[in-house]
Amino acid sequence: MQLSFPIAPFQARGPLSSQLLTALSLPANDSGSSLGGFIVATAEALARCTDIVNDDDLQLTLFLLYGLHYGGAVESDAAWEWHPTTIVARVAIEQALETSLRASVSQPPVPAPTQDAVARALFTLTIDDQGPSLSRYLARKATEEQVVEFIVHRSIYTLKEADPHSWAIPRLAGRAKAALIEIQADEYGGGRPDRMHSRLFADTMRGLGLDTRYAGYVDQVPALVLCSFNMMSLFGLNRRLRGAIVGHLAAFEMTSAIPSRLYGDGFRRLGFSETITRYFDEHIEADAVHEQIAGRDLAGALAEDDPLTLPDIMFGAAACLAMDGWVADHLLASWQAGRSSLRSPLPEPAGRSLAGSAMAS
Amino acid sequence: MTPAAAHSPATITACPDGPLLVRGDVEIMAPGRRVPRTRRTVALCRCGVSMIKPYCDGTHKLVGFTTTPTDPAAPDS
Repeated sequence: MQLSFPIAPFQARGPLSSQLLTALSLPANDSGSSLGGFIVATAEALARCTDIVNDDDLQLTLFLLYGLHYGGAVESDAAWEWHPTTIVARVAIEQALETSLRASVSQPPVPAPTQDAVARALFTLTIDDQGPSLSRYLARKATEEQVVEFIVHRSIYTLKEADPHSWAIPRLAGRAKAALIEIQADEYGGGRPDRMHSRLFADTMRGLGLDTRYAGYVDQVPALVLCSFNMMSLFGLNRRLRGAIVGHLAAFEMTSAIPSRLYGDGFRRLGFSETITRYFDEHIEADAVHEQIAGRDLAGALAEDDPLTLPDIMFGAAACLAMDGWVADHLLASWQAGRSSLRSPLPEPAGRSLAGSAMAS
Repeated sequence: MTPAAAHSPATITACPDGPLLVRGDVEIMAPGRRVPRTRRTVALCRCGVSMIKPYCDGTHKLVGFTTTPTDPAAPDS
């Protein structure tokens, strides 16, 4: 039987993603001939690349390869998920991305391997982070078009919120595993699908007149935004990087509660209703809980029980802060120059024209 | 809540320089009413500056709240 799959709702960004998108629309069971030469082409692209986090073709390719495990990026033959060619190419890009991140993210000092020292070090690192304040800009100045752009960028991760860190559950043990599950159960709504954070985010998107289908806005986001999601998948899917995914989650939670209030303030300033701000309002309360569990019971306990992970716990936290800073730099620089931060315009105007229906009455 | 969890005591964890984490079957009351609780583990403000009291909103980190008794003899205190 000849399987065929719909063409992806986004464009290739170079030869690698072009070949991969074509292959993913075809069956995987013909010895993978539609990916002939893909591994060599990947190696050549990596050899030419000088800035992998901003490389459109490589980041989209990696996003598609991880998408085979998550589902939802493109519809394809499920056999591609573990096809040797997709795995070999993925590992090659992952190694280059990890090398690049370790070179560009400064490794924080490593604290003593105790719960208290690790939690304090992570709180200090995240509170000292003086990156550009996207949240203050949104609270005070952003236009409707800009807050919609912010949501579009966030959708690449947030429609799958918590999933990259869930890869770490079977890769941890004991206290750290129990702590991660306590956080993730809350992320997934504590048994109530309507309270899942990804669902609350989709409600916000819908209220803004945006398309809530996963990967619906891939064309609009720069390589860097795909990279921020790819980095989480890299950390989560490789057991040797379990320290990094734990540190990433700790930093992510520790830099969420206070900014979430400011994001909500921005939407309220623009007159949007509680339907739109619920996602952010929820994260003020939730992440004030999660940051405590993540610092002490997750990262701190992992450092005590598995001390070799400690340098990577700190690296993962620093990488989270660095990546968030790079993305914020891009958004703020674009807006301050009077440009859109999107790679291409939204398919149909969202925001101003549709916001009327979402305005508070 | 599972039957096993229902029989284990509720716990309150005092987080250094942070909130009180409450786990287990506890009703949080305000004068004349029950405070809505939407999650299994909640954080109660103990620095006094949260804008969503009785819950914590993380603001303690911005105001230098500490639960460590300061040493009056320390040079920088």
